[in-house]
Amino acid sequence: MFEVLDAALGEGSILLQQSASSVEECFELAGSALVASKRTKPEYTNEMLEVFKDLGPYMVIAPNIALVHARPGASVITTGLSLVTLTQPIEFGSKKFDPVKIVVGLSAVDHDGHIDLMAALSEFLVNVTNVNFLLQATKEAEVRALFR
Amino acid sequence: MKIIAVCGMGIGSSISLKMNAEKALEALGVTAEVQALDLRKAQNEGHSADIILTTDDLIPLLKDLPGKLVEITYVWDLSEIRQKLSSALGK
Repeated sequence: MFEVLDAALGEGSILLQQSASSVEECFELAGSALVASKRTKPEYTNEMLEVFKDLGPYMVIAPNIALVHARPGASVITTGLSLVTLTQPIEFGSKKFDPVKIVVGLSAVDHDGHIDLMAALSEFLVNVTNVNFLLQATKEAEVRALFR
Repeated sequence: MKIIAVCGMGIGSSISLKMNAEKALEALGVTAEVQALDLRKAQNEGHSADIILTTDDLIPLLKDLPGKLVEITYVWDLSEIRQKLSSALGK
């Protein structure tokens, strides 16, 4: 059932064991991976960061997991995900779910075309075993194997 | 009965909220329309909603709506949503 995640994560969208020293760098990593996998234009990265500055850390959606995104618009090429795991946890300012260890970038072309994707993503990441597996994974192939 | 699920951009946590709210309503035997909305749309068009589901950070920004505000801590936790919806519905 997680094949949809495998498909949403294009080539170049998975960055494992990355080092970031700030929230901004986390957005940069997740954003650059969306750009590399041709899901967004470079402007989208800054749009995501603006949302964070504007609305705060609500994008830290689950314990240790940030789902970073901006809105559908001209900077989105197509719907997709990026996946970044961090060697050093980063404080996003979320009272309930800090520190962030996994950053998932999301681009969507509209508001309801990616419901299956969100269902799969939440079902996958709500499982602590999967989260722990991601956190220790060093190779993209092992992560993809888990989705298939 | 109209329920809106609200997040900043209307593509992330609001989608999860909507999905879990629909599951919870089914379990509770309640028929209601659930719509996922971004914050701006919710502020402008959310006046007809009976219940507003959202996360803690956005609660202060939705206080002007007449519907009942329900704060969800963890949008992926179906049992939390079921419990809070149930009490908001007086069940």
